[in-house]
Amino acid sequence: MHGIHLTIVLAPLAAAIIAGLFGRQIGRAGAHWLTILGVGVSFVLSAMVLKNLYWDGGTAENYDLYIWAVSDGLEMKVGFLIDRLSALMMVVVTFVSLMVHIYTVGYMKDDPGYQRFFSYISLFTFSMLMLVMSNNFLQLFFGWEAVGLVSYLLIGFWFTRESAIFANLKAFLVNRVGDFGFMLGIAGVVMFTDSLDYATVFASADAIAAQEIEVISGTPWNAMSVICILLFIGAMGKSAQAPLHVWLPDSMEGPTPISALIHAATMVTAGIFMVARMSPLFELSETALAVVILIGAFTAFFMGLLGIVQNDIKRIIAYSTLSQLGYMTVALGASAYSAAMFHLMTHAFFKALLFLAAGSVIIALHHEQDIRKMGGLKKYMPITYWTALIGSLALIGFPGSAGFFSKDALIEAVKHSHWLGQGPIYWIAYLSVLLGVFVTALYSFRLIFLVFHGEERIEDSARAHLHETPWVVTGPLILLAIPSAIIGWFTIQPVLFGGFFGDAIVVTTAHDVLGRMAEDFHGALAFLEHSFVAGPVFYLAAAGVGTAWFLYLKRPELPDKIATKFSGIYTLLDRKYFFDDLWIKGFAGGGRRVSQFLWTRGDEQIIDGILVNGTANSVVRLAATLRHLQTGYLYHYAFAMIIALTLFLGWLLWLH
Amino acid sequence: MIGLYHYLTLSAILFSLSVAGIFINRRNLILLLMCIELMLLAVNFNFIAFSRSFGDETGQVFVFFILTVAAAEAAIGLAILVVLFRNRRSINVEELDSMKG
Repeated sequence: MHGIHLTIVLAPLAAAIIAGLFGRQIGRAGAHWLTILGVGVSFVLSAMVLKNLYWDGGTAENYDLYIWAVSDGLEMKVGFLIDRLSALMMVVVTFVSLMVHIYTVGYMKDDPGYQRFFSYISLFTFSMLMLVMSNNFLQLFFGWEAVGLVSYLLIGFWFTRESAIFANLKAFLVNRVGDFGFMLGIAGVVMFTDSLDYATVFASADAIAAQEIEVISGTPWNAMSVICILLFIGAMGKSAQAPLHVWLPDSMEGPTPISALIHAATMVTAGIFMVARMSPLFELSETALAVVILIGAFTAFFMGLLGIVQNDIKRIIAYSTLSQLGYMTVALGASAYSAAMFHLMTHAFFKALLFLAAGSVIIALHHEQDIRKMGGLKKYMPITYWTALIGSLALIGFPGSAGFFSKDALIEAVKHSHWLGQGPIYWIAYLSVLLGVFVTALYSFRLIFLVFHGEERIEDSARAHLHETPWVVTGPLILLAIPSAIIGWFTIQPVLFGGFFGDAIVVTTAHDVLGRMAEDFHGALAFLEHSFVAGPVFYLAAAGVGTAWFLYLKRPELPDKIATKFSGIYTLLDRKYFFDDLWIKGFAGGGRRVSQFLWTRGDEQIIDGILVNGTANSVVRLAATLRHLQTGYLYHYAFAMIIALTLFLGWLLWLH
Repeated sequence: MIGLYHYLTLSAILFSLSVAGIFINRRNLILLLMCIELMLLAVNFNFIAFSRSFGDETGQVFVFFILTVAAAEAAIGLAILVVLFRNRRSINVEELDSMKG
């Protein structure tokens, strides 16, 4: 199997290198065939690995390939841990990546950076696979940074656009904030265990949890809580949780396939995956879990609200991604790691689908992204319409769709997560995910209604050649719509309740909410029926769709009236709770002002002005005074000599 | 009786005269050179006086050396003076201040 694992990782890397360095020689067609082949091979082999692990009873493998460096006994290795958790991620990543590769052939058809684009997305696939397949923290960090780098390159893919450059710098800098916490977390792990290996670290988890650390001297904190919260700060950066979420909506400056692959389906879920992978650590710190659940709840609800006021088709979906990542984070905090991974998987399919469908609309309208200039597209683009509808239904949790099973199970898990007690944290988390359902339905169907239904507001120049997009675009849409619609039916039982992840995810008995839910679980169909009678989730979603229909189809003049009436709230939402101002004007601007101050006062005035040039200047001034003593007249010099001689003689005599 | 005391007094007077000559004279470089010679002679006087007083001839040997060197020095000094005059058309001490800071 080692050869297979290595091939899965190296095939996209090889394709990326060839397409990137020899793009001119192999040409446009060569670049896309080569990279699609590379990712295709990875996908097929990943599927084989998953099949072997799940159906053929294979065992999880954990081995080192190569020792990269040894420093003070700390071995830094490259190695793979292939269990069902990583296998599931590998399949999801390579499948979505393959779809996006195919889609890109159509989307980037006329772009001059065609080969470069394919090289980047293959490189991304390689980095993401390194991240999920890693068996140690260092390789995890390598993959983590590598996907961040590729994300940076791709957000700024159209590097002549001012806004794209701003967005990619913003993404990079905000991620640095998260990565700083992540690195400190890894350093904490090394400090307590002297090892980077997952297996070693997890084995000594109890020992870490028993220790205390004084970050601020005098106030001991539980070491595990500190490490887990630091690691989670990394996840907040990568998975765009508030307040480090600001980069994700801006990352929509990149080409749409990238938004689908990196900023919706895979890379942003790295944080969720990481926390699930670290479940043996997080389980031992309820403080950290409480932080996780609160951050997730805030993101899930409040970021969803922002989706309602956006007008850029991709930004609406971006805020939806933020909100759904919040849901996953809430599930992590509730110790329902499997539910988070399940939602991650279904979300990868339907969110990639939604983005690609949005991209299809964007191509058809010649790069128009404003939903106020769309409408009535259903009859021009039937395939895009139906696939987008399936994606949206999955997103709002329409009964039977993939999103329904994952989201409903997730909300159930939060509802039953008894370790939280009935305190404020429980209610904040539960109400956020519950109200989030309504909000999700509202913005999703606002999008569908404004883009595909209602009156046509398309500009005449775009209408002239408006037609369905080519098969390379619609093909991936259909291929993604299928799992979005049906995958929940046969995965909910094994993934959530059947112990699919085995030893990969550890949940202590006290936290085991999914275990209790399993007692009441009697198959997918019963779960479906149960949702109609048990919870408000379905009715909230229906209310959201109904509200969207009423506001945007029935009485389309109402939203503007509401916006003027509640202008305070509207401004708050339109300005995204002023988070951008906080970061850009507050932290970045403040940093610049502090630097400006240190530069002009500290460097220019004190160091240059007083210390360096000041020393030289005072020597010059002293010399300018002293030079008047040198008259050049011989008799003055002689006089000075005589006077000095007399004085010295006098001194000599006085001494004796 | 003329003793060591008188010779030393004479020598001090000669030395002071030559120092005063160097300071007071601001016109002629030749006078400066002569004052320096006079200073050397004042020193020689001391040597001879002490040599005679202590009965040790070493001091007189030194005087011969000093006289020889002083002659050579005077020759070099005069040569420099001639060159200086050729270059600047003047040996006025007041004007020779090109070494000032």
